[in-house]
Amino acid sequence: MAKELLKVTDLKQYFPIKGGMLGRTINNVKAVDGISFTVYEGETVSIVGESGCGKSTTGRAILRLDEPTSGQVEFNGEDLLSLSKRQMRAKRKDLQIIFQDPYASINPRQTVRQVLEEALQIQNVVPKSERDAKIAELMEVVGLGAHQADRFPHEFSGGQRQRIGIARALSVDPKLIIADEAVSALDVSIQAQVINLMKKLQREFGLTYLFISHDLGVVRHISDRVIVMYLGKIVEMGDKKSIFDNPQHPYTKALLSAIPVPDPEPEKKQERIILQGDVPSPIDPPSGCRFHTRCPFATEKCKVDVPELRAEDYMKEGHVGACHYMKEIEEGTHKPNY
Amino acid sequence: MNEEINNGNALPQTTVNPNVVKMKTFWKKFIRNKPAVIGGALILFFILTALIGPHLVPHSPNVQNLANKLNGPSAEHWFGTDQYGRDIFSRIINGMGITLYVGFFSVTIGLIVGVTLGIISGYYGGKLDAIIMRIMDVLLAFPGILLALAIVSVLGGSLQNVIISVGIFSIPVFARIVRGSTLAVRKLEYIDAVKALGANDFRIIFKHILPNVTSPIIVQATLSIATSILTASGLSFIGMGAQPPMPEWGAMLSDGRNYMYDAGHVAAIPGLAIVVVVLAFNIFGDGLRDALDPKMKN
Repeated sequence: MAKELLKVTDLKQYFPIKGGMLGRTINNVKAVDGISFTVYEGETVSIVGESGCGKSTTGRAILRLDEPTSGQVEFNGEDLLSLSKRQMRAKRKDLQIIFQDPYASINPRQTVRQVLEEALQIQNVVPKSERDAKIAELMEVVGLGAHQADRFPHEFSGGQRQRIGIARALSVDPKLIIADEAVSALDVSIQAQVINLMKKLQREFGLTYLFISHDLGVVRHISDRVIVMYLGKIVEMGDKKSIFDNPQHPYTKALLSAIPVPDPEPEKKQERIILQGDVPSPIDPPSGCRFHTRCPFATEKCKVDVPELRAEDYMKEGHVGACHYMKEIEEGTHKPNY
Repeated sequence: MNEEINNGNALPQTTVNPNVVKMKTFWKKFIRNKPAVIGGALILFFILTALIGPHLVPHSPNVQNLANKLNGPSAEHWFGTDQYGRDIFSRIINGMGITLYVGFFSVTIGLIVGVTLGIISGYYGGKLDAIIMRIMDVLLAFPGILLALAIVSVLGGSLQNVIISVGIFSIPVFARIVRGSTLAVRKLEYIDAVKALGANDFRIIFKHILPNVTSPIIVQATLSIATSILTASGLSFIGMGAQPPMPEWGAMLSDGRNYMYDAGHVAAIPGLAIVVVVLAFNIFGDGLRDALDPKMKN
């Protein structure tokens, strides 16, 4: 298989809740609680899950936009979390991020040229004399005209702004781009354009994407592999086909059943799994399997034992799930209690 | 080359700088605010007076003429004379410079230190923030004049020390305002984007945060000048500031109060001068705030 580019091991991100007179830490929001995964060079890995499951936090923690509580983030064999701030700043050349909100992610006081120039200047990508040419090239690459470089962000549409965001990320020639809900704020037609642009750029520049999204349709279109998160933990992980065609974890099944079916009268009437209740608070997550409060298959064991990511013998290589009863559910011997 | 298509594609080249747009709307709003315009004009007039006035006045501010003391206003002495027969008009004009000097410099001290502390506090947060802001709270808890008085009594009474003490007492206001604005700007996604590109804190603070927190700083600086002038005059009034024979207004007011019944103008004129200058800065500052605050439409 291809080379490991990013290896996340037991990453934890707790946000302290301060309180009282002295501002002591009373409790923690366990936004990401011990997740491990690997991203190989040139592939697109998606992280999916509902709001608040920790997918964006994972992306930010990898980039050290928020300092993670513990764990390891190896990039090209080098642990990013052990780098000094200065070393990390230099390393940021290789890892870039595209943000969700194209209206908030660009300084409204800078022209596009200034935005890109700053990026080139910080990482000193090309000599000063070649910067203008590089900016023009970047604009063309993301489908904007070089003549638009001297405009301000408010003169562009949302989709165009997102292209500016992509150009900024590309400007430093990164290896890995984390797309944090990069298309969620865009219209469906613009989403398609931007996704196709991202795919094109991936082919041209050999980029690796960590694609964070809640939109399963988009994920299905763009990913090679998919990671499903629930309440700060990975519940299932595998290649796209396995996850979408053969989901093992009850949560993944429920999540996938929520994808709208275009055909009003499908051959095989897909059963919609409606989960009961809300996502529990990440401040005080449920014991055992975190999904047991909403899982139709939950037993006493689920309340006590934390399920580890594991594979059953019938599952495809690389496909793992964190459920005690994957096999029993698959064989139909473990019935849901509703 | 197909030039027609090219021209069709290219949108008008005149791009509008949002800063220019902001300046325009700012002017529009500001011009409509009559008191603010008057305040601004007065400030401009005061500054010119302070610069040119001392060269034009007919009398030296410190020349005594005991034969001609405590006289009321006349053609020779527009504002009359004081207890030593000095021309009050000349003294007021000469005092203008001192007043503005104290106002500007003390606010500059407060602004530089306050903005620095505020940005550090807001940007880095955590323990540093808590420590800085608690110190600011302590400073704010003192009534302004009392704090300035305490500092001057430690340093000794002189105009320089008045500037320092008034400067120190205006630090916390700036620190608080800037901290609040910094907290708001720091959370914006484009700050994260620049951080992800590898920008250091220096660049983020000076290129991306500071330009976005200037409006409240400008407003507060104008309003602070008024307070500083008032406090400095107060200190001089009780003898802790400018020393005689310096034509400082607070000191002049203090001298004049002994002759309130015989020659009221000796105290009234410097008092009036202080009121006018402070008022001008206050209405100007209010006008600026209304024009710069995006939340206050119209």
